[in-house]
Amino acid sequence: MCLAIPVEIVSIKADDETALVSLNGIKKEISIALVDDVEVGDFVLLHVGYALNKISPEEAERTLAIMAESGVIEQTVRENLS
Amino acid sequence: MKYVNEFRQKDLARTIAQNIAAEVRPGRDYHIMEFCGGHTHAIFRYGVQDLMPDNVHFVHGPGCPVCVLPIPRIDNAIELCEKHNVILCTYGDMMRVPASKKKSLIKAKAEGADVRMVYSTQDALEIARKNPDREVVFFAIGFETTTPPTALALRQAKKEGLMNFSVFCNHVLTPSAIGHILDSEDAVADPAVKLDGFLGPSHVSSVIGSQPYEAAVAKYKKPVVIAGFEPLDVMQASLMLIRQINDGRCEVENEYNRVVTREGNLKAQKLVAETFELRDGFEWRGLGWMEKSALKIKPAFADWDAERRFELSESKGKDVKGCACPEILRGLKKPLDCKLFGTICTPENPQGSCMVSSEGSCAAYWSYGRFRGGDEGKETAA
Ligand code: SF4
Repeated sequence: MCLAIPVEIVSIKADDETALVSLNGIKKEISIALVDDVEVGDFVLLHVGYALNKISPEEAERTLAIMAESGVIEQTVRENLS
Repeated sequence: MKYVNEFRQKDLARTIAQNIAAEVRPGRDYHIMEFCGGHTHAIFRYGVQDLMPDNVHFVHGPGCPVCVLPIPRIDNAIELCEKHNVILCTYGDMMRVPASKKKSLIKAKAEGADVRMVYSTQDALEIARKNPDREVVFFAIGFETTTPPTALALRQAKKEGLMNFSVFCNHVLTPSAIGHILDSEDAVADPAVKLDGFLGPSHVSSVIGSQPYEAAVAKYKKPVVIAGFEPLDVMQASLMLIRQINDGRCEVENEYNRVVTREGNLKAQKLVAETFELRDGFEWRGLGWMEKSALKIKPAFADWDAERRFELSESKGKDVKGCACPEILRGLKKPLDCKLFGTICTPENPQGSCMVSSEGSCAAYWSYGRFRGGDEGKETAA
C-alpha cells in the first residue's frame, strides 16, 4: 500500500501537472503536481497515480530490480500502472 | 537490469550478517521494530530473520494503513454506500477488510452497494464528473505517502466546483504512532518485549523527511534508522541500530539517503498543511485511541468533507473474538500465537486486518513464515 515504484517520464503536458510515464513498455498518465522541476527523462517514485519524488536513474534501476526479484513488482505494477 | 547482480550478491548479505554477529553482545537481546509493512514483507520474503543472530528479534509494527483502520470507520464507509447511497471509491486493499457483522466492502458491493475500486484519487474525481447526479465519496486511507494525493484531489474539486465529490478522510501519521507505541510500552510488564529501536519507513520518509522522528527519538531515547525496503537495506539498517544500541546512542540515522532527505518533499508537505489539520485523536486498530495521530479536512474544504456532509453513526464494531491483531500490531504477540491463524483465518477468508493486506504480519507469516513454523514457534515459546 505504501510502496512506490520508479517510472521514467516520457512526456509532460502543457499544464505542467500531468506527465506520461513508462515502465516495462506500459504507458500511463500520472500527476506530477507534487514535485517541482520534473523533466523528460527523469525518474520519479510513483504512488497511487502521483509522482512523490525525483530519484536517480541508478536508484530507479536498483529498486526495480529488487522489486522484480522480491515478487512485489507484479502487484505494485498492477496497483500503479493498470 | 544491470543492478540485479549487485543485489543477488549473497556475499554482501553474508558480510553484513557476519558484522552483525560479531557486534551483537551476547547476554542481551535486541528488539527491533520494523514499523512499515513493506519491511515486514522484505524480512519474510528473504528470510532476513534467519541471517540474524538468535538474540536479534524483529517485532512487526503497525505500518500498514489497511491493518490499523478500526472497524467503526469501515462500518461508516459501508454505511455511506448503503444508507446514503453514494458511489464509494476505494483503494483495492480496503475491499476485503472485515468490518462489523462479518461485512466488508466487497460483500456490500455483492449486495448491491455501489463500491468502486480506484487506483488514484484522479479516478475518483473522474467518476464524480461523469456522475453529476450522484454523490461520490473517496474513502481516503493511508500514511504520509498517500495523503498528498488526497490533498490535491480536494483542491482540484474545489477549483472545479465539483460539488458531488467528497472525501472520507482517514489519513494517519507515522511519527505519532511510534511515539504512542513507546508511550504504552511502560504498560508492558515483561521487559523481554521492550523495544530497543526502530527501522523507519522508506517511502513515507521520502515525503516527510527524517526530521519528524527527531522529537520522538529525543523524548523516548530509542534510535530510529530509516531503511530502504530491500533486504540488504534492512540488514544494513539493523546493523546501524545495533551499533547505536551498543554505544548507548539515540539518533535518527538514515540508511536510505539515496532517496530520503532530512527535509523530505516540501511541496507535498505544504499542500498537506494547507488542506488538512490535526485531529484531537483517532482510533487505531490494535493501538487504540491516540492523540494527534491523524488528519482531518480543514474548514476551507468543509464542503468536500464527507464527515460533515453525511450523518454517520457511531459504530461500536469490535474485532472478531480471538483475533490477536491488536496485540500483534503492538508487537506483543506473533501471528502464530493466534488460535484462528491458518485455521479459521486465511488470506482467502481473513478474520482480522493483518491477514488482508500482503503487508500485514499475518499474511506475511502465512505466505512465507508458516512453513518455517518450527523456528517461529520456538521463538515465541521461549
Ligand atoms: S490470524 Fe487472523 S484472526 Fe488471528 S490475529 Fe491474524 S488476522 Fe487476526
